[in-house]
Amino acid sequence: MTTTTKPAAPVAAAPGRRPGGAALALRQGRLEITQFLRSRESVVFTMGFPIIMILIFAAIFSDEIAPGVSYTQYFITGMIATGLMTVSFQNLGIWIPIERDRGVLKRYRGTPMPKWVWFAGKVLMVVAIGIAETALLLAVSVALFDLNLPDTAAKWATFGWVAVLGVTACTLCGIAISSLARTARSGSAVVTPVALVLQFISGVFFVFTSLPSWMQQVAALFPLKWMCQGLRSVFLPDSFGAQEAGGSFELGRVALVLGLWCVIGLVLCLTTFRWTTKRDG
Amino acid sequence: MDDELAISVRGLRKAYGDNLAVAGVDLDVHRGEVFALLGPNGAGKTTTVEILEGYRRRDAGEVRVLGADPAHPDPGWRSRVGIVLQGTGEFDELTVGEVVRHFAGFYPDADDPAKVVERVGLGAKAGARTHTLSGGQKRRLDVALGIVGRPELLFLDEPTTGFDPEARREFWELIRDLSAAGTTIVLTTHYLDEAEALADRVGVIAAGRVVEVAPPNRLGNRQEALATVSWRTPDGTPETAETATPTALVAELAARFGGEVPGLTVTRPTLEDVYLRMIGH
Repeated sequence: MTTTTKPAAPVAAAPGRRPGGAALALRQGRLEITQFLRSRESVVFTMGFPIIMILIFAAIFSDEIAPGVSYTQYFITGMIATGLMTVSFQNLGIWIPIERDRGVLKRYRGTPMPKWVWFAGKVLMVVAIGIAETALLLAVSVALFDLNLPDTAAKWATFGWVAVLGVTACTLCGIAISSLARTARSGSAVVTPVALVLQFISGVFFVFTSLPSWMQQVAALFPLKWMCQGLRSVFLPDSFGAQEAGGSFELGRVALVLGLWCVIGLVLCLTTFRWTTKRDG
Repeated sequence: MDDELAISVRGLRKAYGDNLAVAGVDLDVHRGEVFALLGPNGAGKTTTVEILEGYRRRDAGEVRVLGADPAHPDPGWRSRVGIVLQGTGEFDELTVGEVVRHFAGFYPDADDPAKVVERVGLGAKAGARTHTLSGGQKRRLDVALGIVGRPELLFLDEPTTGFDPEARREFWELIRDLSAAGTTIVLTTHYLDEAEALADRVGVIAAGRVVEVAPPNRLGNRQEALATVSWRTPDGTPETAETATPTALVAELAARFGGEVPGLTVTRPTLEDVYLRMIGH
């Protein structure tokens, strides 16, 4: 270690401190958020999409779905769920293949950064953008369409855990599906149709119970339907639960299915994630 | 394992399907040395280097890099190895300064990012988004990210591709500086002049094997090679002879012509000649 073939300054003499993992993760999160906010397409399409959709829906359906309950009150749940899925599943499923193709991931792998720090950075970005986007959506809906916010702590708590479980499942699935795309361009081709179909069959654009029952059953296999349903229990009157497909909001089943998708997503991530493209070994 | 060796490779093999990319490479690189791996495209340079960098798994052989097996890179080892990959991983939304500062944060004993940016000649571009850089400037950013952790061992995979002649000279100076400070440097190149200008020793690789390892001026026994003497006969026909004793031949010709020999040249094989012969042309 000390001998060199040339007259040389001592190498690696100073041991130096390795930066702590938590600090690295926060730095990584900040970098990811900066990159997201500076990419105009991401901001407009990821953050703006649910707001544009709620503006359109409120303009089309101005009447009430039940006495005292506006259509906006119903559709806000779908828009929040869609927004959370967009910022996690679609955002990651589209961007990770681009970064992989550009060699950004390979470059990170060549540094001493622990692998988990990179994932933590993505998660922090998803959480921060998800909160900002949901808050914006709620603010717009309250200001323009007299949306009623949840009025009990219990409902806010339900809002919280449904959002956390839903975002976790969608984040893991977004990372997992990113490995299906072979090139930078194919990420959005893989992810967009999946997201769009799920939105149509999960009760984002239509009242869920008005969909054909086979469609409802297909939707029940995937997380988005359960995210919407959990959020309906937060934004709609308790009495509305009787009109759900299962006769209630089934919060236990919401937690179970979303939890299951977290496990499925995690297993897929751990088994399929690639730091480099196929042609790159 | 010899402590003076930064890299030791024995019987390295790697196949992609039926294609044997590396067919038994043996290699030693001493600490503090500048070692150039020279070879045509597809010879196995990048595969070999990427195995040493811990990016690819080998099929067979023994490999030690800074005393460890690169197939199992840990953060401690990663922080001692700097890597400049062939393909660039771009961070379009960030500035040069931001990227270098961010990567500096991964290393326990990183260099001052502003100083590194200056050193690679990007001082005037520190505040510019990376997507506004030219090809050569992006390459300098790659180099900055490779050296910001103050590595003991620096890999450079075709570092000057896309550089204009002036930028190449500046880059060579940088490599000499790093080498003078004790950094071990392994670079791949297909520029002969680059190998000749920088390397203490050159390894010529062809068809997955190291054909020869020698200082650039001794490659292919260049110094001992037969000289080629050319001249024109009195009727104007060009004449050529290969000889181990060119001085004697020239003296004899001078006597024969009674003074000046028309069209006289004496040459020895250039590095390019011996290189092309080695790689089978």
